[in-house]
Amino acid sequence: MLVPLSWLLEYAPLPEPVDVGEVARRLTAIGLEIEGVEQVGHDIGAIVVAQVLEISELTEFKKPIRYCRVTTGGTCTPDGERSVICGAANFSVGDKVPLALPGAVLPGGFEIGASKRYGRMSEGMICSPSELGLGDDHTGIMVLPPDAPVGADFVDYAGLRDTVLDVNVTPDKGHALSIRGIARELASAFEVEFTDPADAGLPAWTQAPGPDGAVWQASIADPTACDRFALREVRGIDPATPTPLPMRVRLARADVRGVSLAVDVTNYLMIELGQPLHAFDRATLDGPIVVRRAAAGETLETLDHVVRALDPDDIVITDSSGPIGLAGTMGGLATEVSETSTDLVIEAAHFSAPGVARMSRRHRLFSQASARFERGVDYDLQLRASAKAAAMLAGLGGGTATEGYTLASAPIEPVRIEMAADHPDRVAGVGYGSDTVVSRLREVGCTVQAGPVLTVTPPSWRPDLIDPNDLAEEVIRIEGYEKIGTTTPRAIAGKGRTATQRLRIAIAGALAGAGYVEVLSSPFGSADDFDRLLLEPGDPRRRAISLANPLRDEEPQLRTSLLPGLLRVATRNAGRGFADLALFEVGNVAMTKPDGGPGVAPILPVDRRPTPEETAELDDALPGQPRLVSVVLTGHREPAGWWGPGRPATFRDAIEAARTVLSTARVPYTIRAGRCEPWHPGRCAEFAIRTSGAGESADERLVSVGYAGELHPRVITAFRLAPRACAVELDLSAIERVAAGLPPVQAPAISGYPPATQDVALVVGDAVPAAEVEAALVAGAGAAADGTESLLEDVRLFDVYTGEQVGAGRKSLAYTLRFRASDRTLTDEEVAVARDAAVAAARERTGAVLRGAIAGAGPS
Amino acid sequence: MSAPNKSYDPVRAAVLAPAEVERMTAEGLAAIAAAASFDELKAAEVAHRGRQAPLTLASAEIGALPPEAKAEAGRRVGVARNALDDAIATRKTELEADRDQRVLIDEAADVTLPWNRGPAGARHPVPMLADRLADVFIGMGYEIAEGPEVEAEWYNFDALNFPPDHPAREMQDTFFVADPGGSRRSGIVLRTHTSPVQIRAMLTRPLPLYVVSPGKCFRSDALDATHSPVFHQIEGLAVDEGLTMADLRGAISAFVAAMFGEGLRTRLGPDFFPFTEPSADVSMECHVCRGESTKPGAPPCRVCKSQGWIEIAGCGMVNPRVLVACGIDPDRYSGFAFGLGIERSLMIRNGLSDIRDTIEGDVRFSAAFGSEASC
Repeated sequence: MLVPLSWLLEYAPLPEPVDVGEVARRLTAIGLEIEGVEQVGHDIGAIVVAQVLEISELTEFKKPIRYCRVTTGGTCTPDGERSVICGAANFSVGDKVPLALPGAVLPGGFEIGASKRYGRMSEGMICSPSELGLGDDHTGIMVLPPDAPVGADFVDYAGLRDTVLDVNVTPDKGHALSIRGIARELASAFEVEFTDPADAGLPAWTQAPGPDGAVWQASIADPTACDRFALREVRGIDPATPTPLPMRVRLARADVRGVSLAVDVTNYLMIELGQPLHAFDRATLDGPIVVRRAAAGETLETLDHVVRALDPDDIVITDSSGPIGLAGTMGGLATEVSETSTDLVIEAAHFSAPGVARMSRRHRLFSQASARFERGVDYDLQLRASAKAAAMLAGLGGGTATEGYTLASAPIEPVRIEMAADHPDRVAGVGYGSDTVVSRLREVGCTVQAGPVLTVTPPSWRPDLIDPNDLAEEVIRIEGYEKIGTTTPRAIAGKGRTATQRLRIAIAGALAGAGYVEVLSSPFGSADDFDRLLLEPGDPRRRAISLANPLRDEEPQLRTSLLPGLLRVATRNAGRGFADLALFEVGNVAMTKPDGGPGVAPILPVDRRPTPEETAELDDALPGQPRLVSVVLTGHREPAGWWGPGRPATFRDAIEAARTVLSTARVPYTIRAGRCEPWHPGRCAEFAIRTSGAGESADERLVSVGYAGELHPRVITAFRLAPRACAVELDLSAIERVAAGLPPVQAPAISGYPPATQDVALVVGDAVPAAEVEAALVAGAGAAADGTESLLEDVRLFDVYTGEQVGAGRKSLAYTLRFRASDRTLTDEEVAVARDAAVAAARERTGAVLRGAIAGAGPS
Repeated sequence: MSAPNKSYDPVRAAVLAPAEVERMTAEGLAAIAAAASFDELKAAEVAHRGRQAPLTLASAEIGALPPEAKAEAGRRVGVARNALDDAIATRKTELEADRDQRVLIDEAADVTLPWNRGPAGARHPVPMLADRLADVFIGMGYEIAEGPEVEAEWYNFDALNFPPDHPAREMQDTFFVADPGGSRRSGIVLRTHTSPVQIRAMLTRPLPLYVVSPGKCFRSDALDATHSPVFHQIEGLAVDEGLTMADLRGAISAFVAAMFGEGLRTRLGPDFFPFTEPSADVSMECHVCRGESTKPGAPPCRVCKSQGWIEIAGCGMVNPRVLVACGIDPDRYSGFAFGLGIERSLMIRNGLSDIRDTIEGDVRFSAAFGSEASC
């Protein structure tokens, strides 16, 4: 909120000279953050009040131009007269106008000179309000009141010099959306006397209800919508009366546009008091006013010329003709004050804050009035605010205020808070003492019954004070947050990170250590991504969660895979000259549950702890949100350099990255050829881990946790990636669940006995995976140990051969088997038995034949 | 070869005369010293200490000496043998040192040639800094609590004392999850802050409770240099008996000391959050200029914009209404909470100037931070 300091000082008179920096500091310290301080009017000069003596209409130009003779009363030239070109026509001979003399500076540093315009010498410029920094009206020049002294310095005369504070009012502090509220805080902060503008200058006649029916009648049909509704009347005003200049200046400073006397006065009082006011043209009203909820099917054309379909939750002001205004939001067009309105009915009300909030959002109408009602308006201000408006309009517009008022009301139960007198002390850890607490609470306007337990009634303008902690905050902030001390934190017996939390850091560290760069990609995506990934129609990754209000239409969903975002990151990096990429991301995705969720999460009560059933219902409504880890590789895995050529990244690197993740997690896994979009069907590995379901005893299941390999060429094209780009995506949540259940690592028995190594070359069919052969070797050697430790310590594949020597459709896998016992040096016989058992198992499971054996037996 | 020592042969025994032994020794030492290679040294060794070496042959004649001369001759030959052996060992060491030095010099290489054949990996500074911030609180005994990013409105707002239709709720620029079933409100949002984790922690963990929750948050803010629809927060929550704002300030001061340096003052100012009452914003003394930039004539400070203070966090005492919604007796327990933006911390601590850098995925950005949490 923009606040002219001069306005505040009217009600909180600080001792001169006023230090603006100190004002800003103390208001911020008390809870009204000053976001900006602007000195206005100080850069303007050489503008004087002039009177128009003579107007010559120049007609030879495309638009009407006036050449005016004006007088400044002898201040500038000996005779005080000069000639000025002017493009506006909204003034007459004899009018007083602001004249910028040559050399004058207008707001924004715009300098005026004497120059030849439209073929005439123009010695200055007659100014419009916008040129003077008084609003955005530049349609005509600013005509001053007849009593403006000719020759006077305009800046002094109009009070243009001021300091404007930009106050950031937090949503709890409705009362501070007014001069009244901020001046009260300022008075508190400087401990000066506060004068309540709501009480200042109220004529006596405004206090009495007046004769029955004197003022337009009103009633409240729905007390949940409105509990105070006051009307006043003013008759016989001159609608053309200009708004007094000081009022216009202040409104402009507060960033409120000048409209007409009636609108300006109601706006002025809204800024000053915080009470939104509305003026109806009395002649357009039809029958008593009723405040109610809208009926289905009703419509209202509002001031902005929009015909609005009303919602049964809307709070409307109605007369016999139907709705004539959206309560506290915007008036209706039909009853609007116009340039011919002489008799006015002024409304001041207290509407339901949530009601106005819902209505303004429903209709996307955000007005100064709705902002105040949403945050809470003083419920005891309506009669005084409307009285001030009536008196002011009658006085300025030459009309008469009707004595008395109409007040429709519903009972308001004042909030009463019981608070231990030392509660603020216990919240702040500061010993304020009961006297300070009571006096600070009274300072903010509370009624306090003292005692060990205080009974506190907050003032009508503080609907935000409802709990003891609210009162504690009042005491603490006015006493100053700087009084709060610092206690050394007590030592707490925390258990550190969980195994899962540690694992997550370890995995990211392992990937970074393996040369992968962690990035964060966008969590949003679209169904187009699924097409680009070649996902089948029934793929679970198509079960994306849609947003009701996405930021960008191209990304209306939450991601179900990290890959689209990561691939886009890769493309972006490639565009920036980085083609050799090894990226990873750890992040969550969201997918609807197989049964269709997310459902609808109920809004539970907040006055008690929810039951386990209730929180279960909330969690059930949420989508599945597994954490994934994904990797993308493009270009070279190892760069070319002075040492020689580089090595392109291949699907084997991707598979190795997946192994890095799984081995960091210590989770036993199996790897097999996999087929899954978006991977290359022949170069994709699927990883599976064993999980044991709760209560399923030893019933272990192999669960796929993801894939690694080269991307499908069409995916590479769709994402404009370099050929042969590779990717990994693993379900980290599933891995974490299994890892969390692992027992601690058992230290190995390190044997000091020598190893015995044996090389075996096994010929298998091309399609037989090496992983199966290796598993068979291990199993065979283990079985031979017959319940004791397996002698096979390590299996290492050192050669893969295909070619004539093994025949078409076959490959030779050469392994080094390392045998060792923990308690003795192995004999040749023992080693041979173990090796033969390993080879036998490989033969049995995979059809492997010892390569030497082929030579002997011949192809079979 | 001499015969058994039956008779004394003065001719043969002449080789054992002191002058003769001395001569043989001198010749040997000269040959050893002159040996310029291992081969020459070996030859000298054979010539002067081998089986056919003059000294060896002379030594065999000791038996022919009269008994009274044997000891004297034996001693003389022994001294000569030792002198030669020492000289051989010394020369050998010298030759080895020469060889080593020559070879090692020959093998010298340019050690400044790059060998960055393996790519350099890196972690992203946002999760890394989140871990680092969490570490500070774990050190103080806090545990990490977690919760879902797609969250029920009740957790994100209602339980945190954001009443329905309150402007505070609207200020959060919330992404709402569409109800697949129709036009109803799904009651599900992308969490706008990590605060719903507070509620989950209070509902599931025993008291007293000290947790910290880092995580991803979402606001429907258009992306620009200082706003991102996706950002990260870390939030702390303590619920215990007798906690005051001084405890809150103590926790924050300890954190500031750990992250920005010892001795920095902190300052609380009034603020508003629905879930804390009283609420405050926390500023710390600028860790770069330590307030110097506010003095007249001092050079400006880019980090605190010459304000001397930097706002780093929001905090407050847990609103008793929040405790009630979690079934905690507010008459017995009180709590404090604080939260700060990870990206904002990166801006303050690491000079990040454009938040878009954190989500665009440019490898140069992550690479600059490396993979150690001391980023």
